Amino acid sequence: MQVLADAKQMQAMVRRLSREIDARRNEGEPWAVVGIRSRGDILAQRLAKLLKIDLTGSVDITLYRDDLSEVGPQPVVRTTEIDFDVDGVNILLVDDVIMSGRSARAALQSLVDFGRPRCVQLAVLVDRGERELPIAADYVGMTVTAADSQLVEVRLTPTDPDDEIVLFDRPRTQAESSK
Amino acid sequence: MSPAKTPDYIWPHRHLLGLEHLSGEDIRFLLRTAQGFEEVSTRSVKKVPALRGKVVVNLFFEPSTRTLNSFHLAASRLSADVINFTASSSSAKKGETLRDTARNIEAMGVDVIVCRHSQSGAAELVTRCVDCAVINAGDGQHEHPTQGLLDAFTIGQRTGRDDFDFSGLTVAIVGDINHSRVARSNVYGLNKLGAKVILVGPPTLLSGGFESAGCEICHDLDAVLDRVDVINMLRVQFERLTSQAFPSAREYTALFGLTRQRLKKMKKNVLVMHPGPINRGLEIESEVADGPNSAILQQVTNGLAVRMAALFLVHGAGVTEGAHVE
Repeated sequence: MQVLADAKQMQAMVRRLSREIDARRNEGEPWAVVGIRSRGDILAQRLAKLLKIDLTGSVDITLYRDDLSEVGPQPVVRTTEIDFDVDGVNILLVDDVIMSGRSARAALQSLVDFGRPRCVQLAVLVDRGERELPIAADYVGMTVTAADSQLVEVRLTPTDPDDEIVLFDRPRTQAESSK
Repeated sequence: MSPAKTPDYIWPHRHLLGLEHLSGEDIRFLLRTAQGFEEVSTRSVKKVPALRGKVVVNLFFEPSTRTLNSFHLAASRLSADVINFTASSSSAKKGETLRDTARNIEAMGVDVIVCRHSQSGAAELVTRCVDCAVINAGDGQHEHPTQGLLDAFTIGQRTGRDDFDFSGLTVAIVGDINHSRVARSNVYGLNKLGAKVILVGPPTLLSGGFESAGCEICHDLDAVLDRVDVINMLRVQFERLTSQAFPSAREYTALFGLTRQRLKKMKKNVLVMHPGPINRGLEIESEVADGPNSAILQQVTNGLAVRMAALFLVHGAGVTEGAHVE
């Protein structure tokens, strides 16, 4: 297992992201920060605090996944919490890692089911490439090149014991080992 | 906020036939999934694409409005296509057997069959003739699992027990226990979630056999009033009563009806429930049914989230048959 960023480096990264976001957003317009469950949710809260944005929410994209029929057992459904009217609001969508772009696509679909945001921008901590859809992040903490067999994991307190970004070999799934 | 408490848990059931064979963990998982679906009904677009392109058939051989509409709406909110097949308009009238009806419907390529039938065990019979997932929406006097689940969901919601641990909670189920599939599903579900269940009714409608399921039996409603946290008033099912189970409706009300006078003797925040449809003035007085202690309409609302969760979970288990342990 390789540590790509420790707690201190992550904190600096989040601060830099917040400065970039701040520089590009127009004063006086309504903004909201929405995290994709579950790690994006925690990141969204941290960014909202730094950006001094009061409107926050989280989306659970389980029901919007395009692979529900393929992945097998239904994943755990958590709650989506968008307690504000999204019409006309600028939304900063936050996730921990972007790869295929499918989570972001699902989150976008979920958001538009709540109304019509004025615009949606995407911030991620880690971009590991390998996009399968024409989706790009507006703000990226770090770019990582990793093999298919490797996992990049963003760990965040309080869900995880420490703040860190790690790279490790993915354990083979049951299907792969039986081949 | 918190990660799933049981990350390794996988919903193992391809069919939902009753709560008797589910574990407490299964029930809690389904109810937690339902919590995730609750919010969908509050959006401007009350729909999620989870079952898009899937077909759900409501196969109803018994009259029903609430359950049928609830399943229909639940499936619609998951973006599934829904067919309602009701006995009055069906070939069952022409003498087709349940087995043939089910197989014919399956031949149209359906993913989930929701079955309501007057015969106990009908839903299980359907599972043996078809390959798709089956949900029991009430079979005779056996079980009505989604009602049991939505009752548990409502109790959790109203008592602030979001984790659905009902230890220390006492629930009375009052009325025609013998003929009630709602009572059976409630008994199995509530026991597994840790609640204590008291069954109350006249001996003609509560003949025993329930002690072995861990329930207390009582034939005197007034004796239990001050002990219970939840009281679930069952409907007097005139259509299932074959003999004179009680002398008159007035006598039933006098002995087992939930009146304002009785409510006054109960805990101040007692939760009053009823699976509907209500016989107003018979098993429950209008003022009680419509009062602040009543959760009756909330039960109907929660039915949607619970049925969405049930459709979502059995469908997922169906897709991966053989890929994991049943």
